[in-house]
Amino acid sequence: MPSRDLDCCGAPSTHGKGRLVASVPGAAPAPSLAGRDALGRPLTRCLRVLGGLSLAGALAFAFALHAGEVTVSWADVAAALGLGPGGGAADVVRTLRLPRALAAYACGALLALAGTLMQILLRNPLADPYVLGISGGAAVGALGAIALGAAAWVVDGAAFAGALTATCLVFGLARGDGAWTPTRLLLTGVIVAAGCGAAVSFMLVMTTDIRVQSMLFWLTGDASGATRPWPAFLILLAGLALVLPYARDFNVLARGDLPARALGLRVERLRLLIYVMASLLTAVAVTQVGSVGFVGLVVPHLVRLALGNDQRLLLPAAALAGGALLTAADTAARTIMAPTQLPVGVLTALIGVPLFLFLLMRHPR
Amino acid sequence: MSPEALLEADRLAVRVGHRWLCCEFSLSLRAGECLVLLGPNGAGKTTLLHTLAGLRPPTVGRVALAGRDLSTWPAGELARQRGLLVQQQPDYFAASVLETVLVGRHPHLGRWRWEGPEDIALARGALAQVGLEGFEGRQVLSLSGGERQRVAIAALLTQAPTLFLLDEPTNHLDLHYQIAILDLFQALAREGRGVVMVLHDINLAARYADRVILLDGVGGVLAGRRAEVLQAEPLSRAFGHPLRQIEVAGRAHFIPD
Repeated sequence: MPSRDLDCCGAPSTHGKGRLVASVPGAAPAPSLAGRDALGRPLTRCLRVLGGLSLAGALAFAFALHAGEVTVSWADVAAALGLGPGGGAADVVRTLRLPRALAAYACGALLALAGTLMQILLRNPLADPYVLGISGGAAVGALGAIALGAAAWVVDGAAFAGALTATCLVFGLARGDGAWTPTRLLLTGVIVAAGCGAAVSFMLVMTTDIRVQSMLFWLTGDASGATRPWPAFLILLAGLALVLPYARDFNVLARGDLPARALGLRVERLRLLIYVMASLLTAVAVTQVGSVGFVGLVVPHLVRLALGNDQRLLLPAAALAGGALLTAADTAARTIMAPTQLPVGVLTALIGVPLFLFLLMRHPR
Repeated sequence: MSPEALLEADRLAVRVGHRWLCCEFSLSLRAGECLVLLGPNGAGKTTLLHTLAGLRPPTVGRVALAGRDLSTWPAGELARQRGLLVQQQPDYFAASVLETVLVGRHPHLGRWRWEGPEDIALARGALAQVGLEGFEGRQVLSLSGGERQRVAIAALLTQAPTLFLLDEPTNHLDLHYQIAILDLFQALAREGRGVVMVLHDINLAARYADRVILLDGVGGVLAGRRAEVLQAEPLSRAFGHPLRQIEVAGRAHFIPD
């Protein structure tokens, strides 16, 4: 490293609280408390944060098994989890609440992780997993299947196929002649989403019977039909395993394409990885619980505000926080107006909108 | 290729679309030297700088770093040898100054390694060199343009490459910081590194350049030692305005007529 000091280090700094920043040539720089807070003992901090968020998730999960139209005693909850003898209420937990809570947790984590990835890809902290039309494509598939009176698994398959179709369509169109800028990707996604929105409206208008209710539940996001949560969990773990090794690369990528390339990143490959992973994670979540809003936008944003933008911490923390939040929201959706069950998307929006507005007010920039 | 050359352009020519930014020229930069790219707006200085950085392939000819063709360097290894200061460093996300500067350590760290105390010490040292001691915990988004420019320079110093490529390093800087930053890079060159920079100010170029590449905006290139290139006649032609050369304190200065 160069040893020569600037001859102007004694110049007054307008942002240094009016004091002179004097430098002594050859002297070791004095440690600053602010800097130590920002990066001191990063691994310990990571473990503490991730441990806390895991605990929050476990609490939300336990409460999801306990609360509902019928309150199940903690002993029966433990029994349902194989931790002791229990009565008939354990069956309610095992067959109804457990898969639903697991699905809500997995999908919340998937959406928050996908949102974080999408925000890096588009270099926009206000991007969400649906901004590139994935949920629109899934909605067209799912509502088409519902309109035809298809079985639940066909609806899921159609939603997944629709999501992947929209993903490929946006990718192909945005790529065009090879230029693949975030702006172009965003505009293409918004237009494809608008097209899907029109198709969805058309189907809603043309359907006149009880199926409209199913369609509206699907569109708002609803976890009541989620009975097979394990595939979503496996995809979540696979997704984390695939993106976490690149977390520091994402930090560099967030600085812009050119600086990232100058620092040795293969930007095109990295962006493709992010795009494919974010799309796949979103598609899996939407297939399970419909297009639940706000989790993928608010959770990454909140976690970033609290912890900073280091993707090595942000990606796993957002996943854990998203899982905890959606599990808690789904429990509330089942209980606050029981026996009426609200779609969980209504709850996430009710929590998300004021929270987000509050954050925007506090951070005018 | 001469073995002692740090950066060597061999019959290099660059075309963007149908327009030739520079016709074939050759130039070598030794460790310890400062090369300045000069030319009018839109002449292709930045494009040429990116070509010299290995971020875009030359249309004709080749560029070699330490005797090895740039296209054959693995990206990560190249990033430890040459660093680029971009013209405008956008900030999309909030980040502290220290975090931003530490990004320069990326090419030096293995996939699972975190920045250690020695990396943080390097980053703090770099901040001290650009006069930003005590700014470690500040948010970059709260800084002024000149301060952000110095943060970007500190990140480049933290990257610690052998060859520095600087696109308008004096952007947004007050006069005293312009001189201080250019003094700093000149000192780095004298320690055995190489510096290539795009400058707008002919007189700063005259003060710091050992070698100059002058683009005239229509494909013409004049490349060579400072005294060969920085003369009133070719400068006047390139910039489209008559310039007069005067000597002050033994140094050539150019003032518009």
